[in-house]
Amino acid sequence: MKNKILPFLVIFIFGIIFFIFYKGLEDSKIYTPDANTKKEIPVFNTKEFFSGENVKSSSIFELDKIYLLNIWSSWCVPCRQEHPFLMNLNLDNKLNIIGLNYKDSFKNAENFLKELGNPYQEIFIDLDGTIAIEWGAYGVPETFLIYNSQIIKKYIGPLNQELVNEINLLIK
Amino acid sequence: MKFIKFILIFIILFSLSGVNAEDNDKRNKITKNLRCLICQGQSVYDSDSEFANSLKIVVEKKLQEGLSEDQIYEYFKIKYGEWILYDPGLNKNTYILWLLPILIFLIGGAIIYKSFIVKK
Repeated sequence: MKNKILPFLVIFIFGIIFFIFYKGLEDSKIYTPDANTKKEIPVFNTKEFFSGENVKSSSIFELDKIYLLNIWSSWCVPCRQEHPFLMNLNLDNKLNIIGLNYKDSFKNAENFLKELGNPYQEIFIDLDGTIAIEWGAYGVPETFLIYNSQIIKKYIGPLNQELVNEINLLIK
Repeated sequence: MKFIKFILIFIILFSLSGVNAEDNDKRNKITKNLRCLICQGQSVYDSDSEFANSLKIVVEKKLQEGLSEDQIYEYFKIKYGEWILYDPGLNKNTYILWLLPILIFLIGGAIIYKSFIVKK
């Protein structure tokens, strides 16, 4: 009796282990955070890009307006790629596009905007990257769609035509 | 008088460096327990990426604000999800992870008991 149970048990345990590993193979190895969960926007203090004045986050985002917060930097190559899309989004004027300049020098950032245009209504600076952390961002570029102090949607990486269409649908 | 000054300076220097070391210890401990999400298999402490460097500054700031270690973990868990912690808590997604070793231990024990002890 005992001799019959043992092989069965071994096969059963190996079966479970095989099943777990096999399932694990199907999972993506790249961690994708749950980008769809609605979250309150964080509270932070920052400085205005051009004037250098201190600003509180509560005075930036008003209720009942749709905001697009874009984290960008002049040294970031994908930011260059997505810039034309931001310029296009700005044409509609339904969105208030806010820029967060990430770990950048003023001169480089200014040249970047002169060269490619400035889609942002307001720009704020994040010199040491801590404000981006408050937002739960991973790096540049990253874009947040905000309505009523809530993050509705989060886009990690550069925007493209597909995502722009999605944003246009969402803000209708 | 000179001697007293000398001693005083020494005391101040040593007490200050003590405070610093303690703070760094705590910061290092916390950053070692946080996963660098954009790196592969590195903790925030080990990594020198932009993301990790910013995170180190945030941990430092939170410590200065007087948050405890658990509160800091909780803060990052809300921002980035459970994955950022190297030491996941027990919940409905992780219970297999926590209970499997105990289960295997018990089954192993049962096998040993059956095949060796009962035989006698």
